Amino acid sequence: MKKGLPKQFQDYRNVWVFIELEHGQVHPVSIELLGEGRKLADKLGVHLAGVVIGPPGGQGTANAIADAFAYGADLSYLVESPLLAHYRNEPFTKALTDLVLANKPEILLLGATTLGRDLAGSVATTLKTGLTADCTELNVDSDGSLAATRPTFGGSLLCTIYTLKCRPQMATVRPSVMATPQRVNRPTGSIIRHDLKMLEEEIATKVLAFFSDCDSTIANLAYADVVVAGGLGLGAVQNLQLLKDLARTLGGDFGCSRPLVQKGWMPFDRQIGQTGNTIRPKLYIAAGISGAVQHRVGVEGSDLIVAINTDPNAPIFDFAHLGVVADAISFLPALTEVFTKRLEPRNLEKFVQ
Amino acid sequence: MHLVVCIKQVPDSAQIRVHPVTNTIMRQGVPTIINPHDLAALEEALKLCDTYGGEVTVVTMGPKMAEDALRKALTFGAHRAVLLTDRHFAGSDTLATSFALAQAIAEIGETFGTPDVVFTGKQTIDGDTAQVGPGIAKRLDLQQLTYVAKILSIDAASREITVERRAEGGSQILRTGLPCLVTMLDGADAIRRGRLDDALRAARTKVVKWSAADAGIAEPANCGLRGSPTVVKRVFAPTSREQKARQIDTTNKPLREIADGLIAAIFADRPA
Ligand SMILES: Cc1cc2nc3c(=O)[nH]c(=O)nc-3n(C[C@H](O)[C@H](O)[C@H](O)COP(=O)(O)OP(=O)(O)OC[C@H]3O[C@@H](n4cnc5c(N)ncnc54)[C@H](O)[C@@H]3O)c2cc1C
Ligand SMILES: Cc1cc2nc3c(=O)[nH]c(=O)nc-3n(C[C@H](O)[C@H](O)[C@H](O)COP(=O)(O)OP(=O)(O)OC[C@H]3O[C@@H](n4cnc5c(N)ncnc54)[C@H](O)[C@@H]3O)c2cc1C
Repeated sequence: MKKGLPKQFQDYRNVWVFIELEHGQVHPVSIELLGEGRKLADKLGVHLAGVVIGPPGGQGTANAIADAFAYGADLSYLVESPLLAHYRNEPFTKALTDLVLANKPEILLLGATTLGRDLAGSVATTLKTGLTADCTELNVDSDGSLAATRPTFGGSLLCTIYTLKCRPQMATVRPSVMATPQRVNRPTGSIIRHDLKMLEEEIATKVLAFFSDCDSTIANLAYADVVVAGGLGLGAVQNLQLLKDLARTLGGDFGCSRPLVQKGWMPFDRQIGQTGNTIRPKLYIAAGISGAVQHRVGVEGSDLIVAINTDPNAPIFDFAHLGVVADAISFLPALTEVFTKRLEPRNLEKFVQ
Repeated sequence: MHLVVCIKQVPDSAQIRVHPVTNTIMRQGVPTIINPHDLAALEEALKLCDTYGGEVTVVTMGPKMAEDALRKALTFGAHRAVLLTDRHFAGSDTLATSFALAQAIAEIGETFGTPDVVFTGKQTIDGDTAQVGPGIAKRLDLQQLTYVAKILSIDAASREITVERRAEGGSQILRTGLPCLVTMLDGADAIRRGRLDDALRAARTKVVKWSAADAGIAEPANCGLRGSPTVVKRVFAPTSREQKARQIDTTNKPLREIADGLIAAIFADRPA
């Protein structure tokens, strides 16, 4: 028996991951969470379950179930209802809360997306349990408690948070913070269905319309393999073209530090850092960015960080892997030009050897 | 219309240090401001007031000095300010914070009129969880509209509100009934510069100060540390990478040669 845990929570077991469906697609963060959830479940010696909530009929929930098993789940829970066609807080909160009360998981993980945070806050409050936001590291202690570590104060501090006396222990994790696990073809485990005990008339909120972002690449910034970003060091709005040129040459995406968003030079969706996107590309090139801690926490997961800055003492050189002390405005075009040559198919082969 | 805006006083900079020995957060000497996202919420509430008439009440839970944040909000044009302060509130996590604020908002409703819309910011810049808004909504059984970019319309007769909400990969247009809770994204509009008469009125306005008991909280077990299921066990500074960036040699070299050097280093690190 676990010390300090009230009796009514003693039989809470297993790790759950909420599988987020975004217009019929499984959100990548859910797959990342399945990878983390698997590790936690193995350490605890319990099962990992994927939780799928969505409309019946379409491919969405079927794909979500398939993904749950392919990325490590032992079983899955499914709530299907036409009322769940678009995300709305009331029916999703009802569905997830009822599932938890009926099946008693000890850990419940959600993506820290707009949907995940909206849902997690309501579910945790309904269940009167603890919820740790935006975790960057999840672990279990020797006594089996979830140790959830998260940055606060814009990333200048980390703290490890426990939920000792309530269950489930809930946490959200931002997209792209955890690594994507390998997809494995494994036999499908059991699927446990629950009904949504709610009627449309009971739901006050109606979705009147949905406008998808026309610029579909924006949503992909968090998942681009190559990201080129600029900061105030670029000096003027027209110099952003230099970033875009390099990004296009590399088949990557572009982003920026926060001040450029505040100046209105780029939309918020392009901001990288604590209050913007977390990215995890294979290659990150930062031009004219000083490397403030709030920027740093959004890029630290990158495999290779290249910084271009005129100031040899810029903090970004403390965490970049490669540095170039140069004027970005003249260096970026040169870099684009040389890359273009290198990446011509016949040159590439020669170069890699 | 009665609009209630929750504001939090936060340190002016996200750069906070940990005491190397005691591992506690060192807030001393850091100036405080109103959480910037809450100003977006306040501006939206004031705009609704401009259009539909009514009153804006600002409320904060915090130490005595949080009165400064409320005073500032009054100078922007808020009509009334409530400071919820009590030693029982110390150490609140988001569940305990939403409990105390929900109780206070219910009491504000009893005393000054039921709110039509309760506003919060999207999140704070210190705790940064975005959990308090949904928590208050759930506890007061209010319709919850998070990440609202714009309030499109309010129909006073049918008591319906239509908003644009940021969602994954696009925007939702949602309609729901009043009363509701809105968590506001930073809009296009900065907070207004308060008018002179607002500033003068603010100087004469008494901030309403409530203890837990005043807010109708009979059982402090739901407040502060005792009412908080989460426990912060360890606070620490991120470890810095020992190695600094390897610098590409730029001395007396044409840009193209430097670019060559950089690209060679990139591919050497990770042949992609
Ligand atoms: C609560 C909070 C949240 C925040 N969230 C974020 C966030 O999510 N993302 C984020 O990025 N910031 C965030 N910030 C802001 C952050 O603290 C920094 O202010 C910001 O990252 C600085 O942006 P910058 O590097 O573009 O500008 P600066 O710090 O002004 O740096 C400009 C750099 O460009 C260099 N430079 C100048 N000219 C050239 C040139 N010609 N060529 C090359 N280099 C040149 C300079 O040496 C300097 O290092 C946040 C701040 C707070 C308080
Ligand atoms: C290092 C650290 C880490 C923490 N991590 C967690 C965690 O993971 N989970 C958790 O449950 N708690 C956590 N807390 C506690 C949490 O910061 C406090 O409960 C805080 O009072 C409210 O949370 P927030 O700042 O995240 O607010 P948010 O939920 O981000 O705030 C959203 C909005 O709610 C309103 N609001 C928030 N607080 C107040 C207030 N006091 N008065 C009036 N309006 C307010 C504002 O409008 C604000 O814009 C942490 C605290 C610290 C110091």
